[in-house]
Amino acid sequence: MKKIIKYVLLILGAAVFAYPFLWMFAASLKPEIEIGGFSLWSSNFSFKNYDQVFARIPIARAFLNSIIVSSVTTLSVIVFGSMIGYALARLNFLGRNLLYYLILFTMMIPFQITLIPQYVLMVKLGITDSYLALIAPTMISTLGIVMFRQFFMSIPQAFIDAARIDGCSDLKIIFAVIWPLSRPVVITVAILSFMASWNEVLWPIIVVRERTLMTLPQIVTLFTIGGQAEALLGLQLAAATLLALPIIVAYSFFQRYFIDSMVSSGVKG
Amino acid sequence: MKLFQKKYDRSAYLLVLPYILFFLMFVAYPLVFSIVLVFHRWDIVTPMQWVGMKNFERLIHDPLFFKSVFNTLTFLLIHIPLQIIVALGFALLLNSKIRFRSFFRTIYFLPVVVSGVVVTILWQQLYSFDSGLLNKFLMIFGIPRIPWIVSPEMAMPSVAIMATWKNVGIYIIMFLVGLQNISPELYESSNMDGATRRQQFFSITLPLLNPTIVVVLILSTIGGFSLFIEPYVLTGGGPMQSTLSAVLYIYNQAFYFNHMGYAATLGFVFALVIFAVIMLQKKAVEMESNS
Repeated sequence: MKKIIKYVLLILGAAVFAYPFLWMFAASLKPEIEIGGFSLWSSNFSFKNYDQVFARIPIARAFLNSIIVSSVTTLSVIVFGSMIGYALARLNFLGRNLLYYLILFTMMIPFQITLIPQYVLMVKLGITDSYLALIAPTMISTLGIVMFRQFFMSIPQAFIDAARIDGCSDLKIIFAVIWPLSRPVVITVAILSFMASWNEVLWPIIVVRERTLMTLPQIVTLFTIGGQAEALLGLQLAAATLLALPIIVAYSFFQRYFIDSMVSSGVKG
Repeated sequence: MKLFQKKYDRSAYLLVLPYILFFLMFVAYPLVFSIVLVFHRWDIVTPMQWVGMKNFERLIHDPLFFKSVFNTLTFLLIHIPLQIIVALGFALLLNSKIRFRSFFRTIYFLPVVVSGVVVTILWQQLYSFDSGLLNKFLMIFGIPRIPWIVSPEMAMPSVAIMATWKNVGIYIIMFLVGLQNISPELYESSNMDGATRRQQFFSITLPLLNPTIVVVLILSTIGGFSLFIEPYVLTGGGPMQSTLSAVLYIYNQAFYFNHMGYAATLGFVFALVIFAVIMLQKKAVEMESNS
């Protein structure tokens, strides 16, 4: 009896978290008048709402922009993060502790305080409305550095010494010796940074006004609140589905990595 | 091999150079410039104008500043307890001997990975007064409709419920990890002492989950003060400014009114408020665990 109650609660919970997404997907395929119902099925399913979304906003271009911005950001975060994490973990240099404290200090600064000055910096550099403005402030992640440093400290010195005797440079040691040994942390930092970048809205809204440079979440947001969707639910839900789908597909393949990344970043961050 | 460790590695400076440049541009410069901004009036087009402490004077007399702090505290007071209770409940269920555990885990975590924009567009429909699914669901049981996001009293609690739905997956897993780290021997020996399930929960489980609860507290507090996209899309800060969040207010001042100086002042003061709230929470938790 107790067991049954447990399963009922677990299944109810699953319904609460999953049903709204299924409903959203189904509703995005329905004609506007049928959307209010609970049903996940309609005999009038069609892609008309999607056609409308593609016709009204440059969403394919926004998708490409998001892919570019998120990929470059992620690559930069793991490459620079590894270099700095390696220096902090394995090299001896004057000011190493000071630098580490500086990084921990940076992590504690609330973004509310730097948001406006960072925008002003973009204006002064004349790079608003550019990929550079979208990418530059997130090219290095302090959380990434801390996670790399911690992992790299556990790698046996023998690997590094052997590579040095072979005449490897630091860069070669990092990317040819350490990276293959550090798969989990590289994947974790990559997932965290890609997700954060893919889902970010506030910064794009501030620095990009040019429609062809907008990111996917940005254009979906402005489409929904800006009146272009004309309060048509089907269009809004279709746009939302297009934004959710890539990350849900990635999640279904790498769910364990996603969950572990998010939880470990929360504990450490 | 000792030789390697004794001397300084000069190449290290090249490796950390990107961080130094990044720090100067995106941390040091903004911090210094925010101090400059708080003493100026500036619309970003015409030259800056020194106004001394005027921005701070304005802030103390600004009802919307206090409103946005009050709104954030309302959010936290509902969001944090709800999040802890729901997360702990599901974690306890998942921690017992059940099948399909990883399936349930995957589903509960789904809203965490999806963009806040998607969640908000979806919940805007769920919360709709006339045609929303939640009210239709209530009406099946004869419960009167709730003005989720149209009444100023309900709007912020509704945002808090939505945010809990979106984020609770992380905390379910965190509590689950915490539960699995508790040694089963503790329960066995208390069983022999004749402790009831209830006593075990309050004297073993809960105290040992304390670190996780602290993490939930701090992350939710930071999250509450970062709230932007949810009210921006769901309510635009309304009705009657009841969902005007800290970041939304900064955004409005900076980009609707072009009050860069005042927006920077708000950011500065909000940062201090965040520190104060987190310090208070830490103190409270320490006192709690000492008593």
